[in-house]
Amino acid sequence: MSTIDPEKLNSILATDCGSTTTKAVLIERRGSEYRLIVRGEAPTTVEAPFEDVTRGVLNAIMEVEELAGRKILDGERIITPQHGTEGVDLYISTSSAGGGLQMMVSGVVKSMTGESAQRAALGAGAIVMDVIASNDGRLPHEKIKRIRHLRPDMILLSGGVDGGTTSHVAEMAELLAAADPKARLGAGYELPVIYAGNKDAVEIVKERLGKKVALTITENLRPVLERENLGPARDKIHDMFMEHVMAHAPGYRKLMTWSPVPIMPTPGAVGLIIETIAREEKITVIGVDIGGATTDVFSVFQGVFNRTVSANLGMSYSVSNVLVEAGLANILRWVPFEIEERDLRNRIKNKMIRPTTIPQSLEELIIEQAIAREALRLAFEQHKSLAVGLKGVQQERTISDTFEQTASGETLVRLDHLDLLVGSGGVLSHAPRRAQAALMMLDAFLPEHVTELAVDSIFMAPQLGVLSTVHPRAAKEVFEKDCLIRLGSAVAPVGPGREGVTALSVTLEMPGGKREEFSVPYGYIRLLPLELGETAKATLRPEKGLDVGEGKGRERVVTLKGGVVGLIFDARGRQPFRLPEDRVARIAKLNQWNEALGIYPPRDTAKVSVAELRPVEARA
Amino acid sequence: MAHSYTPGLKVTAFTTIRRERKLPLPGDVLVKVGQRVAASDIVARTQLPGNVQAVNVANLLGVLPEDVEEFLTKPVGSAVDKGEVFAESKSFFGLFRSKGHAPVKGTIESVSKVTGQVLLREEPIPVEVDAYVDGTIVEVHPRSGVTVETRGTFIQGIFGVGGETAGELHVAVSGPQEPLEERAIDAACRGKVVVGGAYVTTAVLRKAIAQGVKAVVIGGFDDHDLRQLLGYDLGVAITGSEELGITLIVTEGFGSIPMASRTFDLLRSCEGRHVSVSGATQIRAGVQRPEIVAPAPEGAGTREAAHDSVEGGMKPGDTVRVIRQPYFGRIGKVTALPPELMPLETEAKVRVLEVDFGNGSRTLLPRANVEMIES
Repeated sequence: MSTIDPEKLNSILATDCGSTTTKAVLIERRGSEYRLIVRGEAPTTVEAPFEDVTRGVLNAIMEVEELAGRKILDGERIITPQHGTEGVDLYISTSSAGGGLQMMVSGVVKSMTGESAQRAALGAGAIVMDVIASNDGRLPHEKIKRIRHLRPDMILLSGGVDGGTTSHVAEMAELLAAADPKARLGAGYELPVIYAGNKDAVEIVKERLGKKVALTITENLRPVLERENLGPARDKIHDMFMEHVMAHAPGYRKLMTWSPVPIMPTPGAVGLIIETIAREEKITVIGVDIGGATTDVFSVFQGVFNRTVSANLGMSYSVSNVLVEAGLANILRWVPFEIEERDLRNRIKNKMIRPTTIPQSLEELIIEQAIAREALRLAFEQHKSLAVGLKGVQQERTISDTFEQTASGETLVRLDHLDLLVGSGGVLSHAPRRAQAALMMLDAFLPEHVTELAVDSIFMAPQLGVLSTVHPRAAKEVFEKDCLIRLGSAVAPVGPGREGVTALSVTLEMPGGKREEFSVPYGYIRLLPLELGETAKATLRPEKGLDVGEGKGRERVVTLKGGVVGLIFDARGRQPFRLPEDRVARIAKLNQWNEALGIYPPRDTAKVSVAELRPVEARA
Repeated sequence: MAHSYTPGLKVTAFTTIRRERKLPLPGDVLVKVGQRVAASDIVARTQLPGNVQAVNVANLLGVLPEDVEEFLTKPVGSAVDKGEVFAESKSFFGLFRSKGHAPVKGTIESVSKVTGQVLLREEPIPVEVDAYVDGTIVEVHPRSGVTVETRGTFIQGIFGVGGETAGELHVAVSGPQEPLEERAIDAACRGKVVVGGAYVTTAVLRKAIAQGVKAVVIGGFDDHDLRQLLGYDLGVAITGSEELGITLIVTEGFGSIPMASRTFDLLRSCEGRHVSVSGATQIRAGVQRPEIVAPAPEGAGTREAAHDSVEGGMKPGDTVRVIRQPYFGRIGKVTALPPELMPLETEAKVRVLEVDFGNGSRTLLPRANVEMIES
């Protein structure tokens, strides 16, 4: 990696090998800045009959060649560096094909080292299949059975602070040895196990496991109770992912030789770009990627990066599980028309068994977006419960803390401090109207005070994440200019209010000197267009009992950023946000909100006959 | 590059079907290449190591972990019976004795000098694998299993619950539109694979279970009924290990949907034949669909179908079935495949196709929402 000189890179080709699609992007330097030139895609070819990931990569690159009108491949070889108009200076890739990186983690105390190990694995881009801990309530034989059954790609074993007792760590190592776990891919190689626990137990762990698994030792991820040290464990996970897991996946050995930069697990790369943006802009960020099978949530608060993956919350393969976890009533509460329970259940199950279908009628789209709200809400709940301060830490308090006592283990995610909320994944990125994505995110996350909303238009965050490891500036420029679509800012007063009574008075100084003054009643939402790239100075005056960031009833002056949707003044209530319990009133309210943002076309006019349909331009 | 197709489910009158039958751990293969086997014949056998029980003897006897081994009444590797004393402390003049009783029958596997834990391994668990289909062994995988081959009718469903089973096929309805009613299930259905039409309820399935029916094959089923049948809401579509006393195979989807006539006619042609079925479904990477395998009777038809699946590019004239609302379940002929993206009612712009449902009018549908079926 050290041999790459960022200043000499004029063209970069990046691929992301997903479980169904391989996406390739071509980035070039145009003048002083880097821009996305074209994007191509092709089906991933990890599974039979091809069983060679490079097939799909080559197909995606060929599409890029066609669209860009220039040669990148010489037969089955990527031409590097660029000569004239041929080839590229750098090729990089991420991968989540074959189910991504599936890990099991283990700690001594579930809420302490267990949780730290889980955060390390998630941060590295893994799906955590289970957390085994001394105090997880399962009997030893149950744990052994579970370990045997899981067949993870890798195990992260942690536990104990340095210098602490070694017996619990030894016990976990013994359980692992007794289970004699096998790796998921192929029976021909030993399961990689990373030990990142009490350094005094290293010899015991070596003795117990050294002969049974491919054991690697790294620094303790929780050397003292008060501090996590997740970096070395994360790096080791990436190394082992390359050395063991990727090297055994079909065609990856070849793919690895094409790039001077290690192949990264997709979610790990997305995390990197989110972290880079938060650090460089000095802002707090939440990112969410809702896919067919899983939903990933990333956040950066107080400079701490966290990632969680909800392995069974998604819009196709896992759609039925959203119903199970959220409950039917929670999905139905977002549907602004009458629908029978039996019918809705069948529709959801039919989507599960035929996951590639898309909503054709407006009714179907509305139902799908209702489900998305619940999937996002649940994934975010899970994220908040894991993105927490360290548990088990004694806190020193002074008299000044009397009024602001925080328990250890409190979530780091503060919606009232959130600057930017970014959504991606089909249901958000490809929502027919951008305002639909904005309202889905507002409903699911309930951001407070002032928050900017954005969507990742074509989901190239993975490629940009891996690019940020070699060329952070190029990654950031492309992310800002070609990847992120800014929807606009949302203002949401926090606190209780009375329906229909003024909640927020607003004075806006619009571009060009125009002044807008209006008020928003409690329970209502209002949209004001403000173009992308424009800003407006807003004076926000919440009513008594409501807060927009300066305290209850206190005025706040803030610059609001525009976007493709505009400025959203959301006085529907936060803490509490409540939907009417009465069915008729609820449907009326939902329709009122939808109309306020122009979310859907009127349903009667939406029905168009075939004869009236006219083709539209295909998007590159 | 822009062509799109949806692979359909396999519904084939005559084809060669191979199934790997493998053990979870190395063991013994009991058959030879070329040998004829019946579905219920055991083809391979092994023993899974028993479960492990950990007993913290150091705590139990109040001794140091490094001394635990001294207090065992039997050496590591010995067999112990359930309740047997396997560790005992040497106490003051023999007056106070602390004993460690084995919680299970098994062997003493190991002793830890760090934790003072003794691991007891329970008796091995025998595992057998049957042939699943009537056929011939075409390959032996040493110590791991075999490949069985058979020729006959092969039908995939869209979703199933319950594991592998086999029985005589019996069609209990007069046509694919007809729901399977309680009155159609009687004592004569015992041990059979019963085929219905458009719909079945849990009440009917319960009667089928009571009558000893092995499996039910049906066009549609309500999710509401599935929850009643399973006793829980199914979240992720990975099935096959349910123990319901019956296997259910749904060929079309959730709701009341007439079984595709080709599927129904093929099943009807298998009336009275011994068939193997599996409800195992997995809709993720490595898709697995439930299936019905009806080996052809000895000496019957040897002509392989020209093509055993309906995968491939779509063209005008092809028959398709709609697999999503608002036209869910309807069958029509492709009349055009416009290359341009077209707007739907949702305002999304997608690739579409034009279909005639037989009434002369043409309907535009997203290509993603149809599957090809053989006409």
